[in-house]
Amino acid sequence: MSTAAPTETKPAPPPVETIKVKVDGREIAVPKTMPDPMSGKPVATTMIQACNLARVDVPHYCYHPKLPVAGNCRMCLVEFGTPAMGPDRKPVLNPDGTPKIAKSPRPAIACATPISPGMEIYTTTPGVKQMREGVLEFLLINHPLDCPICDQAGECKLQEYSVEYGQATSRFVEAKVHKPKQVDLGPRIVLDDERCILCTRCIRFTRDIAGDDALGIVNRGSYNTLATYPGKAFDNNYTLNTVDLCPVGALTSKDFRFQMRVWFLKETKSVCTSCATGCNIVIGAREDKVYRYEPRENDAVNSSWMCDSGRLNYKWIGAANRITRLLRQNPGAGSEPITWTTAAREIADRLLAARPGSVAIIGSARQTNEELFLLARVARQVSAVTDSVPRTQTGDNLLVSADRNPNSNGARLTGIAPAVPGSNLRAIADGIAKGTIKTLVVFGEDVTKHGIGAELLAKLDTLVACDILSNPTTDRAHYVLPGCAHAEKRGSFTNGKGRVQRFMKAVEPRGDARPEWEFLHELVRNLNGQDGFTTIEGLFNLMAREVPAFQGLTWAALGDTGVTITLPA
Amino acid sequence: MPQEYRLILKNADTPGYTPDLECYLRHGGYEALRKALALAPKALPDGKSMSGPEQIREDVKVSGLRGRGGAGFSCGLKWSFVDRRSGKPIYLICNADESEPGTFKDRQIIHKDPHQLIEGMIISCFANDVKLAYLYIRGEFPEGARILNRALKEARAKNFLGKGILGTAYDLEIHVHRGAGAYICGEETGLIESLEGKRAYPRIKPPYFPAILGLYQCPTIVNNVETLCAVKHIVAMGAAEYAKLGTPNNTGTRIVSVSGQVRKPGYFEVEVGKATIGQLINDFAGGLREGRKLKAVIPGGSSSKVLKAGEKYKLKKKGPDGKDVEQEIEMLDLPYDFDSLMAAGSMSGSGAIIVLDDSTDIVGALANLSEFYAHESCGQCTPCREGSLWMSKALHRLAHGQGRKQDADYLLKIADNIPGGRTICAFGEACSWPVQSFVGKFKDEFVARGEADEARHAAAGPGREPASTSKPQH
Repeated sequence: MSTAAPTETKPAPPPVETIKVKVDGREIAVPKTMPDPMSGKPVATTMIQACNLARVDVPHYCYHPKLPVAGNCRMCLVEFGTPAMGPDRKPVLNPDGTPKIAKSPRPAIACATPISPGMEIYTTTPGVKQMREGVLEFLLINHPLDCPICDQAGECKLQEYSVEYGQATSRFVEAKVHKPKQVDLGPRIVLDDERCILCTRCIRFTRDIAGDDALGIVNRGSYNTLATYPGKAFDNNYTLNTVDLCPVGALTSKDFRFQMRVWFLKETKSVCTSCATGCNIVIGAREDKVYRYEPRENDAVNSSWMCDSGRLNYKWIGAANRITRLLRQNPGAGSEPITWTTAAREIADRLLAARPGSVAIIGSARQTNEELFLLARVARQVSAVTDSVPRTQTGDNLLVSADRNPNSNGARLTGIAPAVPGSNLRAIADGIAKGTIKTLVVFGEDVTKHGIGAELLAKLDTLVACDILSNPTTDRAHYVLPGCAHAEKRGSFTNGKGRVQRFMKAVEPRGDARPEWEFLHELVRNLNGQDGFTTIEGLFNLMAREVPAFQGLTWAALGDTGVTITLPA
Repeated sequence: MPQEYRLILKNADTPGYTPDLECYLRHGGYEALRKALALAPKALPDGKSMSGPEQIREDVKVSGLRGRGGAGFSCGLKWSFVDRRSGKPIYLICNADESEPGTFKDRQIIHKDPHQLIEGMIISCFANDVKLAYLYIRGEFPEGARILNRALKEARAKNFLGKGILGTAYDLEIHVHRGAGAYICGEETGLIESLEGKRAYPRIKPPYFPAILGLYQCPTIVNNVETLCAVKHIVAMGAAEYAKLGTPNNTGTRIVSVSGQVRKPGYFEVEVGKATIGQLINDFAGGLREGRKLKAVIPGGSSSKVLKAGEKYKLKKKGPDGKDVEQEIEMLDLPYDFDSLMAAGSMSGSGAIIVLDDSTDIVGALANLSEFYAHESCGQCTPCREGSLWMSKALHRLAHGQGRKQDADYLLKIADNIPGGRTICAFGEACSWPVQSFVGKFKDEFVARGEADEARHAAAGPGREPASTSKPQH
């Protein structure tokens, strides 16, 4: 039997009673209650949820499924009816026996109105269309209409709904309300109050999700203005989520604004590497340059959010000190470029020639499961002592894990890291010092920062270092292997809670760099003469067969949001 | 000619009558409270019994009392919606945020007879098992707040408030809370938010019906000052006697504020429906000034739809045989009650009649009203926030020589996108009804103003301002 839990370890919730409603004439059974986004407690299903289940789109600005309902934008107004009740409190029937529907004289906001049995929701009537047109017109009269220079252009809800509910010309002939522009809201956010439609998504997010009641509205009526408390900055580690939530171009990211038109961005599903949480992300890239990370919804991991520090941790991908050449180095005597084939053969030769017990391998908990799996095979072949480098800092109560490695569990499950990651580092340093360890293979770590200084590295016969950015370890290596950022390859990580999540390639690797697993696969073949899998799918599936904790998983089954495995105690 | 029927304002304007407790007690004050507290459980035919508080709630229902704040909703029904099984405390709030332009009735009670309000509140609290109540008074009534606080202190000293009121097991405390000067705080859920220390954004209903999820998410009753005073009289005189006042479905007395272009603006307490609009204007408020003719009447506070002089309405009246007979009634002959005004397409709202005579610049008058609503919109929801200022700007343009002949239709189209459930609270109606009714009923004047402006601009030549711009005439 597979050890892979279907998705979650918690038991499936009891089946919820369903009730039947009609959305635009089509009957659908929907759960009577759905979990409240904040408390998780069951609350009455709303019209907009029923419409979503019926795959009927109800336009909205302020509603967000992960935030408390505000009901202020009025874009989701719909018409509806409920079964008519006679004086005897029994439903009134039509001649054909169907219940007579009493149409409500007033519309209702779909985001906040609970459904009731037999309710009919109408989203396409002339009345509804007219209300949507009215709301959109009101939202646009004081809007600056500066789409050509607005960062939100292309992913703006005002633009989106203008297609269906906008007017070609404006009848507004009055002077627009002017409000603060380019407001420095905090270290990462700029606010344009004229673009703001006062939906309060940002206010609700930072108050109710991030726990920092930093934003509010000042003034009255059409002069309403989003602001922080005077003199206070909007500065928590989740502020940039408000840029994602902002349906218009009011809140923009200082990092991303004016960098790229969003419609040029190629979007790739990936995973954040800044900690063990493994927030699901979308990488926005153009012409092999990464421009932004955005959170990707995954309720088992990060809901719809990510932290600012993780989101902005991508600049190293395009850093100037990227290692782009595959080099054989003779410390003190210069270096020469070699090919991957040569490197794989020469390194294999050196490893095979090494005296058993004289090889140490330091992998990284930033490497993928597949790479760690192959590295563990190398280690087994040459009886190497292995370890990885732990990174522990303080976490928070929301998303940031104290473990700042994205794949500590992968390192542990593949056998690269001992039960206590980092506990072999001292022994490896001692071995080098005593001369018992003469060969060191390092992936993705600068070991000079972790107790294996330059003077120790100088004692080695062979130092192989694979990394993305040059550092004192790669400077001293006999073989420098240019590595790939996660954005430049495919692979999977196992997050802190045991969720195995795959990520896709967004941009091409730099220079000679190639995905580490490709090189490691070649190295393993040179060591044991066996062919493995040359595709990431095949490699993952092989790993799943061989590593007990991954039993039953397949690359395909990971899907976009991953699978949670049972972590061994 | 009908006479005033002073029930709530019986003593308020009597010479020598002061707002202190001694004076109130000399005039029979707190006797109704004693009566309420002493109500013995009443046995019912089905063997069950009805407690004192239940009897008062039933009496308020039987009395037919309708809310005096604006909506005219049945007070007994409102009380019956209160969730009494939640296990949470029930709060009562007196809405003394009297802000509707043209309305100045509650302040008479607060300033001149505060103990009557407090007695009404205590009885209403007792009837609803309320242990803590608030008196939310608008910020512009600083003297009213002082008077009420003084009166509460006096009432506490005499044990009309506090622990074990008048030797019973009933405890109640009342606190005065001053608003900061926003019209929207008179909307009951906006008031509740304000009372909780937040921005007075009205709440969405569902789910935040005050009777279920009100103040601090507890069941809450919000009643107007005059309504709570009426409760005292219902207990004092009995529900059946109270229901004999006024007219069927429009029972009791009402304090009507009459203002505008009349000789004797003022407040008049009358039996509901016993006086017509014409009588209130001409007999009570002294009629129009010399040589003036009536142009229009705003019948229920500035947000109610305007009634044009000479308009006729079809009203259903019970004939002698008990059947409904349709009757055509001239505007001034409309009985001033909830149902007649509703049948005439408007409302008696807060009981405030604003009279406009033929000297009124109707465009300027509406521009003035609209500016008020644009200034007071809380800005929470889109149609009201954007629509109220849009209408105000357009009306000011029209009132200041920059009109267009299509502005009348332009205004109607804006106004039509605001009310009818499109907004969170009734402010959407409050800001759009005046525009819909003024422009709808005086359309020729609005069109003419726009045409005149266009003609003057055309005569001045392109790009040049005409020599003089029209100013609102007075």
